[in-house]
This record gives sequence, C-alpha cells and structure tokens, in this order.
Amino acid sequence: MPVTFTHFISTLEAYAQLLLLGVCVTLQLALLSVLLGLLLGLLGAAAKLSGLRLLRLWAQLYTTLVRGVPDLLLMLLIFYGAQTGLSRLTRALGWDYIEIDPLSAGVLTLGFIYGAYFTETFRGALLAVPRGQFQAAKALGMTFTQGFVHVVFPQMMRLALPGLGNNWMVLLKATALVSVIGLADLIKVAQMAGKGSQLLLPFLLLAALIYLLLSSVSNLALRWLERRYGVGAQEPSR
Amino acid sequence: MIELIQTYWRPFIYSDGDQLTGLAMTLWLTSASLCFGLILALPLSIARDSPRCWLRWPVRTFTYLFRGTPLYIQLLIFYTGIYSIAAVREQPVLDAFFREALNCTLLAFALNTGAYTTEILAGAIRAMPRGEIEAARSLGFDGWKLYVHLILPSALRRSLPYYSNEVIFMLHSTTLAFTATVPDILKVARDANAATFLTFQSFGLAALLYLCITFALVGLFRLAERRWLRFLDVGR
Amino acid sequence: MKKICLFLLMLLFLNTSLFAKEYTVIRFGVDPNYAPFAYKNNAGKLTGFEVDIGNALCKQLNVSCRWVESDFDGLIPSLNAGKIDAILASMTVTDAREQVIDFSSEVFSSPTAMVLRPGTELGKGMAVGYLQGSIQETYARQVLATQGMRVVAYADQEQVYADLVAGRLHASLQDAQQAQSGFLRLPQGAGFVMGPLIESDLMPSKSAIGIAKGNHALKTLLDKGLAALHADGTYARLQDQYFPGVNMYSGQ
Repeated sequence: MPVTFTHFISTLEAYAQLLLLGVCVTLQLALLSVLLGLLLGLLGAAAKLSGLRLLRLWAQLYTTLVRGVPDLLLMLLIFYGAQTGLSRLTRALGWDYIEIDPLSAGVLTLGFIYGAYFTETFRGALLAVPRGQFQAAKALGMTFTQGFVHVVFPQMMRLALPGLGNNWMVLLKATALVSVIGLADLIKVAQMAGKGSQLLLPFLLLAALIYLLLSSVSNLALRWLERRYGVGAQEPSR
Repeated sequence: MIELIQTYWRPFIYSDGDQLTGLAMTLWLTSASLCFGLILALPLSIARDSPRCWLRWPVRTFTYLFRGTPLYIQLLIFYTGIYSIAAVREQPVLDAFFREALNCTLLAFALNTGAYTTEILAGAIRAMPRGEIEAARSLGFDGWKLYVHLILPSALRRSLPYYSNEVIFMLHSTTLAFTATVPDILKVARDANAATFLTFQSFGLAALLYLCITFALVGLFRLAERRWLRFLDVGR
Repeated sequence: MKKICLFLLMLLFLNTSLFAKEYTVIRFGVDPNYAPFAYKNNAGKLTGFEVDIGNALCKQLNVSCRWVESDFDGLIPSLNAGKIDAILASMTVTDAREQVIDFSSEVFSSPTAMVLRPGTELGKGMAVGYLQGSIQETYARQVLATQGMRVVAYADQEQVYADLVAGRLHASLQDAQQAQSGFLRLPQGAGFVMGPLIESDLMPSKSAIGIAKGNHALKTLLDKGLAALHADGTYARLQDQYFPGVNMYSGQ
C-alpha cells in the first residue's frame, strides 16, 4: 500500500499540469455554457409568454425537443450538424472557413440544452411575480422597459434563483459528457494519466474528488446567494 | 434511409441476434436501475433524518458523494476502476459480478438514482404536516407501523412530480451505457452510423425513439398524479 | 456575436460545394488512442508515426497542419460534415469506405492479428474485443460471431487493452503493428502474445489518407506530398524511428 501511494504521488506530479488544464477546461465549459443558457433561457421565456402564437410554438418545440432527447444524443447531433451547416453557410457567403473547435461545440451544445431548462425556470419565475407589480410600475409612470428592468426583473431573478441553482449543479456534472465527444476535459485527462498503469482507479477517484469540491463550493455559493437575495422557495433538496 | 431502417430495425428495437440491444436494453436498464434505486431509497430516506447520528451520517455521506459527482465518473469507477484492483479479481464472487459489463452498469445507475431518490423522499417526508403524524400517534400508530402505513405512502405521493423528473433523467442517463460496452439505443445508432455513414438519420432515429419513450412516461406520470395527488388538488 | 448570428442563419443554406481550391491549412482528423501511430505523450502533446508523417507532409506542401481529435467511428462523419479536410488515422481502404469517401495513395500497410494470453484456445463463448467502426469490427461480426464467439465493441483501442488486461476479454483483434508497439512492448502487455496474422478479404491491409468524395484537388496535393516524402527519405527515417527493421510500405 505505501509503495503504490508514493508511486501515485510521483505519477501525479508528472501529470499535474495536464490535470490542471483539464480542470480549467471543465470550468471554462461550464461557465460559458451557463452564460449562453441564461441568454437562451431569457429569450425562450419571453417567446413562450409572448402574444405571438408562432413564437410560442417554436419555444414549445425547443423545450420539448431538448427535454425529450438525451443530452449525449443531442450533443452528437449538434456536434456534426452545426459544423455542416456552418461550412455550407461560409462557403455560400464566400467567407473563410470558421472552425467550431471542441470547446465551442461543447459550449454551444450545453448552452442550447440548458437554455431549454432555464426557459422553464424563467417562465415559472416570471409568472410568479405578482401582477400588481407590473401595474404599479405603470401607475408610477414607468415605461414598459423601465418597469421591466427596475421592478420585475430583480424580483424574477430572486424567484428563479433556486431553479437556476439546481440547473447549474446539473450542468456542472453534465460537462463530464463532453469527454465522450473528444474534448480534453478533467475526466479524459484523468483517464490518460491513469491508463495502462494500476493507477486508473486512484486517478478516477481524484477526478471525482475534484468534481465533489466544485459541487460543494457551488452549493455553498448558491446557498449564500439564496440567503442574501432569495425568497426562500420550498424545494426538496435536489 | 429505408435501407437503414430495414437493416437496423431489429437491433434498434430488441436484439442483434445475440443479446438484448436497443430499445429493449434501454428500457431494461432504466426500469431495473429505478427499481433497485427505489428499494434502496425507502429505508435510506427514513435513516437520513433519523435522530441517531450513526444512521444519519452514512446516508448523508452516501447521497453527498453520489449527487456531487457526475454519473459518467461513477460508471467509469465501477466498470474500469474496481475491476482493476487485483483483490477484486481474485475473489470468485466479486470477480464473477464485476466481470459482466451489465452488472457494473446497473450497479452504478442504481446507486446514483438511489441517492437522488433518497433525497427526494426525505424531502417529502420532511414536508409532511406535523398534525397528521401527531394524529396517527394518538391513534396508536408507532415505530415502523407509522412509517409503513402513513409516512411512506404520503411521501411517495408527494414526491411524484419530482420523481417523474428523476425517471426521465435516468432514461436519458442510460445513453452512457455504451461506454461500458452495454448495447443500448445510442450504441446501435453509433453502429448504424459507422456502417452506413448516414449520421443524421441514424441519430435522428434514436432521438425519435427517446422522444416516444419520454412522452409515454410523461403521460403515465400525469395519469398517476391525477389519481394519487388529487387530494393535493394539483390542477392539471 | 458573429458566431451566434451565423449559427442561426446557417439553417437557411443547403446545397453548396465544400471544397477550397487552394489550401493554406489542412485539418487532419486523428484518433489519439492508437499508439504508436497517433497518441499523446506524457505532456499531452499529440505525436506518433502518422502524426509525424502528417506534419512532414504539411511542411513539404508549404501548408500548416491542424489536428482535430475524434473517436475513430466519428472520423468519416466529421469528414462529411466538413469538420476536417482529411483523415490520417490508420484508416484502411475498404470497398465500403470507398463508396463514401476517397483515399489518397498508400500511407502504410499492416495486417491484422489477435492478441491473447499464451495457450488460450479460442472457441465458442469466448469474448473478443475490437475498435468500433474499424475493419476488425466487420470481420468480428461476420466471421467470429458466426463461430459462436462473443464480440464486444469499444469506443477506443485503449479501452480494449484495458479490458483485455482486466480479464473481461479473452482476445483482442487489431492492427498487428499497433498491437506490437502500442501494447505488447509496454509493461501492461507483458504476459500476452500475438496470434497468427489473419488474412481476409474483409480486412485489407493498405491504409491511406481519407478525403471527402470528389475532392480531387486535395488528393493530388497529398499524393504529391507523399511521393516527395518517399523521395527525400523522410518516410524511411520515420519508419526506422517507430518500427525499426520493419517495412511498412507495400507499394500497392
């Protein structure tokens, strides 16, 4: 046991830089995806609650598709489909080929998928803001935009916080899937480091530990945010 | 496209002549994991908030570990990681168990869904109105009778909406099974893709299958909620 | 922002040609789990026999190389989707593949063989592993499976070896040279031997660079480059470096 442990530490030192890179890639992927997801979520919620039937239909199609098809499958479809479409577009317009590297592909895919989940969260949160708030803002002479930005939006964000937090936790773990489409994230790097030697299990456990750390830190941060800004929604812990 | 369907409809649905594949395997993986997970979660959810700390802390550690790490890593650990330990390979029972890819996969999935279900049920137990429990106690219900006849049925009903999410999540997670060489729908789609190079069509068919199953499950849960949550007046 | 707008607009465009007339960059698709042809060293840097040939080709043709990693069975779809310009991943030239993509002239030839523990008698019920999407898969399913053996597909070659060492597989089926340099010569391959070379119409040995169908410009370019590598001795040098004493080029 002591022999394998020192062996593990020395191998760890050799691969430390690579592991750090893997963690960076995972974090980059998660943060960029959540930003894209938030944007798509806001747009989607707006579309779902809009007066235009066509817009509502598209938004409904979007959320149904994403929630009905597994993440990994969507990832494979978008990974190949997006590049094909983009290649044809850039050719047609005579532009230079625009590469979708694995990180961008991962961000696009995860952002697209979680945009649908965020749509539902934002929609629920928006519906939960009391109608009176909109009317009061109008009565005070604010335009629609002013009312939305200063009155409704902050309240909506507070209500959406638990849902967003849960989705972030799921997204953080979903980044593990991109190693299947070839991105050198933490898991792929851990596999590379441990492969061939009897050190595969230690490296996998190390990767699991790092994810645990990231989840715990996120959890603490989210709980702090909820205490600071949240409305104390009732949700069985998920 | 027609040829694709003609050649691959059998593996996609139930078998490639050798073992269970495709839709049948996916459904088997999903239902077996959920079943074992639920059986595991029933006692654990009670233990989670138990006043005895030797019951509480192991359960909380278990859910913390399995909910805080990705399912993919858990699968890798159970499939490649554990079997790489010499001690496991030498013990005949463990060896026979972990040698089979399907066993490792089911174990990983069952433990994962067990952790999430434990938390869902524990939350539902906590949400139960105190008054009901007090009333039951005053009527003589005590100990495990209280749990079996009163608390657990109520908790199971209340957690139905959240459990439906968990079921769908488990269905989607089975797509990871192919990394442990278990032939589910996605693996058959990849085979079809590798053989015919019709990427969109192969994966599109798989997506269609998953959509159908998801709709069926959502429909079933809506019916279940209408029946068992009527007392909560969950307006549908 | 530009990328997001493009992403939305791309849905409108359908049939246009994908091929550039002039190449300043060649994007090679590779599966980095196939030592010594393509693998990552300790620092995570992509290296290997084919990687070096690719880089030498680019230097010869005065273009820059970009290496795109993928699972083996994702390479042809990537090529058809325009993600990569060429596949340099020990891809054998088979009739089935030639219907979907074109190939350059030969890069190397290497036969297939099994790897197993000495004394293993392969029979009914024994598990044989292989790389998904490879020619070995075709052989395994059409020949070995009909003989009653259990054939298991893996997403990459390294996982095949991992399960072989672990004992889940009784044998693995892959390129002979890859097995020799990428497994048998390494510490994890101790205790295994290579079985006899397997000759079959289903598993030809010539391997070449995969190119999108109809891309004659790139084919001519690559053939020219490959010929030049042979002419100036770069091929011989790399061959000696990775496979001392072995002749990888059959001249087919």
